[in-house]
Amino acid sequence: MTLISKKLMAGIIALFAIFILASPSLAQNADINATINSTLQAISDAASAAALEEGATAQEAAAAGSDAIVNAVSGSFGDRDAKIFNTVLFLVGGFLVMWMAAGFAMLEMGLVRKKNVSMQGLKNIALYSIAGIMFWLVGYNIMYGGEAGGFFGSIGTYDFPNAGEGNADAGYSVASDWFFQMVFVATTASIVSGAVAERMKVWAFLAFTVVLTSLLYPITGMWQWGGGWLAELGFSDFAGSTLVHSVGGWAALAGVILLGARKGKYGANGMVTPMPGSSIPLATLGMFILWLGWFGFNGASQLAMGTISDAADISRIFANTNLAAAAGAVTAMILVQLLYKKIDITMVINGALAGLVSITAEPLAPSVPQTLLIGAIGGVIVVFAVPLLDKFKIDDVVGAIPVHLLAGIWGTMIVPLSNDNATWTNQAIGVLSIGAFTFVASLIVWAIIKYTIGIRVSEEDEALGLDKSEIGVEAYPEF
Amino acid sequence: MKLIMAIIKPSKLDAVRDALSAQDVHGMTVSEVRGYGRQKGHSEIYRGAEYQVSFIPKLKLEIAVSAAQADKIVDIIRTTAESGKIGDGKIFIFDLEQVTRIRTGETGETAL
Repeated sequence: MTLISKKLMAGIIALFAIFILASPSLAQNADINATINSTLQAISDAASAAALEEGATAQEAAAAGSDAIVNAVSGSFGDRDAKIFNTVLFLVGGFLVMWMAAGFAMLEMGLVRKKNVSMQGLKNIALYSIAGIMFWLVGYNIMYGGEAGGFFGSIGTYDFPNAGEGNADAGYSVASDWFFQMVFVATTASIVSGAVAERMKVWAFLAFTVVLTSLLYPITGMWQWGGGWLAELGFSDFAGSTLVHSVGGWAALAGVILLGARKGKYGANGMVTPMPGSSIPLATLGMFILWLGWFGFNGASQLAMGTISDAADISRIFANTNLAAAAGAVTAMILVQLLYKKIDITMVINGALAGLVSITAEPLAPSVPQTLLIGAIGGVIVVFAVPLLDKFKIDDVVGAIPVHLLAGIWGTMIVPLSNDNATWTNQAIGVLSIGAFTFVASLIVWAIIKYTIGIRVSEEDEALGLDKSEIGVEAYPEF
Repeated sequence: MKLIMAIIKPSKLDAVRDALSAQDVHGMTVSEVRGYGRQKGHSEIYRGAEYQVSFIPKLKLEIAVSAAQADKIVDIIRTTAESGKIGDGKIFIFDLEQVTRIRTGETGETAL
């Protein structure tokens, strides 16, 4: 310890002593103030002197002096406050992302036909619940309980400190971190739900969800956020354009390929029969709920709120997130007007969401013009990808694949534009490795389910509607 | 007695109802239906896929009247529901065998 820091320590200890002693003796206020002032003065003088010794100007030395006072006063409390704020960030960000489950539910229920609405609602309730349980049971430790540079964490449940015993040694409370990571898994699972709607058996879907949330997502998540080999490589995915959105998209793509299109959707000579959704209000509400939740999704991925710099970064993330969504929405709107002479609101909804997915890989670094570009291209992607999937007879009911898989890849690849620590090569390696693993693993899991319990309902049930055939509760029973 | 079934454009309902209540018409049933006659449909685009909508929303009015009134009622409906454009609709007249008022059990023209 240098002489200067010894003096600072002495000053801090003196301050502590004064604060402890000061509480019961209001009558001695004047004396205590004098003592505090002289202690602070001593700390300031020591810091200024040190600065001058190292060749600073008089002005710089004065600044060093006042900095020392600020640090001495806040330093001992700063650590505590940082831990509390970090925890608050996880909790608030976490429940905002939880709210995205409502967003997905509304969006999907609005975009399926009346006879399948209860099913979509039920799937979303169930997948969110399953994700939470599986992430405690095995998922968290597979994702975060591993060695640096590895491929797989450890097996075991994740346990929280007993009530009253949490101390946030890691810089935040353990349960808040688990909660925040858990809602991200749930988001991934809900992406699959929309694409396979209106013809998949519910238990087949939930069986896949169990595997996705307990194994697939945690493995690829470990590669990056768990400190695994992709993180060591230098791959960059701030809030999960690849780890969450593309993973969900790949799983969805594998599912719809093995599932097949809805009966009557595709005809001869490339004919496509639209099956319009049951509630544009619900779909729009769902989009706005997702948009709101995304502030937690991206903002809280800063993973710290204990300093002013962190708070400023989170603010910037909120602003960029919003602008990207706006750019995606407006771009989609203009494009569909030009292409189709009318503005298909469902495409504008997809455009906004694609903008959000695109910025998710790097919501902090881009300038506003860069952010607008990133979001806008997301909007362009969905407008062209939705009919393109139909050309390949891939029946994605809600546009989950364009929004989450394709925009997710775009968002991940464009990170080096604004982030110097990322390279095109590393981004490509991340996208391709996670893509290959997730797609192949998903195909295998879907195939196992398909050839055991079956994934598709009967033709009769599909025509009748899943609400009648599997749920037993019609969404709109009165006519 | 006659049962008059009129398929009209939805926007014409208020005009028809107002005109009929000025006559001795004590009730009608209205349902939302879809249909087409010589009015061609139009094309719509949903998520990039174009499709023909041939079934146009219409309203079906069903009115039970005495045989003596039937012609006058048909005429009133026709003139108020007309817009001059294709798709104005059609009026069908059925023989009505019997009418019963559920509350009182009356039958025949008194039940109309």
